[in-house]
Amino acid sequence: MPEVSMTVNGKPAKGQVEGRTLLVEFLRESLGLTGTHVGCDSSQCGACVVHVNGRAVKSCTMFAAEAEGAEVRTIESMAEPDGTLHPIQAAFQAHHGLQCGFCTPGMVMSAAALLAENPKPSEAEIREYLEGNICRCTGYHNIVKAILAASGQDVSAIAAE
Amino acid sequence: MPKDGGIGAATPRREDVRFLTGTGNYTDDINLRGQAYVYFLRSDVAHGRLNKVDTSAAEAMPGVLRVFTGEDFVEVGGIPCGWQVTDRFGQPMQEPRHPVLAHGKVRHVGDPIAAVVAETREQARDAAEAIELDIEELPAVVDMKAALVEGAPKVHDDLTSNLCYDWGFVEENKAAVDEAFQKAAHVTTLELVNNRLIANPMEPRVAVGDYNRATGDSTLYTTSQNPHVIRLLMGAFVLGIPEHKLRVVAPDVGGGFGSKIYHYAEEAFCTFAARALNRPVKWTSSRSEAFMSDAHGRDHVTKIELALDAENNFTALRTETYANMGAYLSTFAPSIPTWLHGTLMAGNYKTPLIYVNVKAVFTNTVPVDAYRGAGRPEATYQLERVIDKAARELGVDPIALRRQNFITEFPYATPVAVEYDTGDYHATMDKLEEIADLKGFAARRKESEAKGKLRGLGVNCYIEACGIAPSNLVGQLGARAGLYESATVRVNATGGITVMTGSHSHGQGHETSFAQVVADMIGIGADQVEIVHGDTANTPMGMGTYGSRSLAVGGSAMVRATEKIISKAKKIAAHLMEAAEGDIELKDGKFSVAGTDKSVAWGDVTLAAYVPHNYPLADLEPGLEETAFYDPSNFTYPSGAYACEVEVDPETGRVTIERFAAADDFGNIVNPMIVSGQVHGGIGQGIGQALLEGCAYDENGQLLTGSFMDYAMPRASDVPFFTVDHSCATPCTHNPLGVKGCGEAGAIGSPPAVVNAVVDALRSAGKDITHIDMPLTPARVWAAMQG
Repeated sequence: MPEVSMTVNGKPAKGQVEGRTLLVEFLRESLGLTGTHVGCDSSQCGACVVHVNGRAVKSCTMFAAEAEGAEVRTIESMAEPDGTLHPIQAAFQAHHGLQCGFCTPGMVMSAAALLAENPKPSEAEIREYLEGNICRCTGYHNIVKAILAASGQDVSAIAAE
Repeated sequence: MPKDGGIGAATPRREDVRFLTGTGNYTDDINLRGQAYVYFLRSDVAHGRLNKVDTSAAEAMPGVLRVFTGEDFVEVGGIPCGWQVTDRFGQPMQEPRHPVLAHGKVRHVGDPIAAVVAETREQARDAAEAIELDIEELPAVVDMKAALVEGAPKVHDDLTSNLCYDWGFVEENKAAVDEAFQKAAHVTTLELVNNRLIANPMEPRVAVGDYNRATGDSTLYTTSQNPHVIRLLMGAFVLGIPEHKLRVVAPDVGGGFGSKIYHYAEEAFCTFAARALNRPVKWTSSRSEAFMSDAHGRDHVTKIELALDAENNFTALRTETYANMGAYLSTFAPSIPTWLHGTLMAGNYKTPLIYVNVKAVFTNTVPVDAYRGAGRPEATYQLERVIDKAARELGVDPIALRRQNFITEFPYATPVAVEYDTGDYHATMDKLEEIADLKGFAARRKESEAKGKLRGLGVNCYIEACGIAPSNLVGQLGARAGLYESATVRVNATGGITVMTGSHSHGQGHETSFAQVVADMIGIGADQVEIVHGDTANTPMGMGTYGSRSLAVGGSAMVRATEKIISKAKKIAAHLMEAAEGDIELKDGKFSVAGTDKSVAWGDVTLAAYVPHNYPLADLEPGLEETAFYDPSNFTYPSGAYACEVEVDPETGRVTIERFAAADDFGNIVNPMIVSGQVHGGIGQGIGQALLEGCAYDENGQLLTGSFMDYAMPRASDVPFFTVDHSCATPCTHNPLGVKGCGEAGAIGSPPAVVNAVVDALRSAGKDITHIDMPLTPARVWAAMQG
């Protein structure tokens, strides 16, 4: 089996993979980074979104071998080492942007990629950007609100907690 | 203002931190030493005779430990059904055997035929391809009415037909209902389909079986809403493992919406195989497998008739429904179209005579069971649609027609066997008119029309029965279980509290809201209270979470246990302060003697309970731990009024939701932030049902919607921000918290609002349209406009 090596959350990582091993399988099973989730098998749900070389990628659409030499960032690296939440994570908690938590890592990673390229997105831009992230719990209300808040915009006029 | 962290506070959720940082512990995150993997080979035909399942080549593949087939499960029990419905003629429903692995026949696409256990997931999957199958394909029954025709292919050869039951409710009222229709001044009739849905929680199902040969103990880790129920059903009815030798753990669970209530074959398989192989055995469902093996929801075909007198008072209601059971009876399937549907047909209205007929039908499709709302969305949808149609036929305002027929006095005994304890339907409708700004609709319609769009307004009410359920009542109705809930409150020596609840949280936030209740009762910080759930090894026998029952039933058990704690703690405090027990008051975590300045802190009392040096040992046991089981005396009856405004593009038939408002009466509220979130999520799913989602089979029983590529899940851009309000509270009268439950309301109340709105939009363009079946896809709406 070939060996792959990459940088994951700032640390070197390597392991043996089959040609068919997906990046998400390598992260979850070889590296034990189980924060990245698998919610479908057709690259639709976005629970597995990670950053590869700074771009949001569904880690189920990519073979581990394709990430050779890449910089990979997962949900486990978003908070500070002392546990302080990333502003997006903090906004999700403050605005109840998650319920069961299963889609949440992918949502946070997608939101981070959105705000990196568009620091003050409109509601419509957020909804459009989340096209590839499915949440079954929240009706998206508080997810969109949390991302607006994380971008520093006033959400006090948006109804309800 | 509510005390910080107490009842009524919008406390942020403590569970969020682990979910947001990727440190949750979902079942697929659990990997045991020496674990093997199972892959299920599933039927790709809807109906067929299994002539041969030759596993010899697969057994010889690399890494394969063993290949199991239906033959291996002949000696164990079938997957049991937890509810027996009695038909109109006093006979029990037809109840087929549901084998763990198919035996003799396959009955739906996805029916498991063989299970390959191997060292790796890939080896198991590869080996499954080497299994040689000879399946003689048989004609499939998919359409319910066709399945009941004489001579139709039978799903189960040993049953007399594909009819599971023919249920009438209330059968004794049938003649009087028919007579009322004869005398009616006006009758409105509507035929409709409540579309088949797939719950699709974002976490697919997972099961990990483990066995300890030294102790004989089995453990199952599983994605369940009710681990004790799985332990009972699987242990007692399938595998014959006594409960003290079987532990079921449901750790962090990524959503359920009903689909994770039931005991599934894969759970029994992993537990069985772990013992047979003396190795942990893990199964992780792919999403494709979920589509063909998770229980589906809804799938009713209904004719509803509403009779009115000359003053537009509702005088009678009559319905006939065909309800799809699928190929086997899932755990609670028979109860959904009957006791969770027929009993709600009065809705918010004082219709004096009601008759509900339900024919439950076996077909060659995946089993159908409860999905968020379960029977109540089906009842609400048909009732609120027929009322809207009646209003249009009579030329009266649909809100006024509803208001005229509202139940206004409580308690109210309906003609369908339930008694509503509280409610104020005018108040929620008043609130809705305000928060939805219904006065502004005409102006908004003009704006839409100026853009070339049609705008419609849909309004409806709903009522549901939650807080499931009084055990003695459901026992009479055919339930094979009690529906109480339990809690153990363990006060630790230094004052912190661990609560073990039989409820299960898979997104509802119990770890936060349940802690708020206990903290509020004692007057300590919520951070002093920890909620433990999901493991039969450390929680008392509980019935789990579904039917919006957790706070109403599980919360009540916790209140009762905490009351016992407070009662005992007061005795200890009385001893410490040398005062009479009756004079002891507890406030803000401090015990004091009434009328004096004497007091002891909560921590002093808890320490005394565990270090009983100065303690009334002759009268009182040391320790401070209490358990309570709470069995509700009635259902709870949340209600509300919903409004939806849509725009329809007349060129394409595309519907967009422009505004959505919900005014709910949930009784008292513990955490308003969580309650709003529950309503948002329910509305999202209801809009999904109304506009997007629909499970489709072709005439041969092939599943056409087998992935997120072809089953349209609501995305962020399909919904707007919602306006929700739950300030109209008429507290429940029969549980200690006065709570009613909020988990399903959004999914129950929203589909009729959307469809009413679309019909209204089309009629505003002069189209004589009375109904379109869900999902209201652009193609369906466009076609209706052409017709």
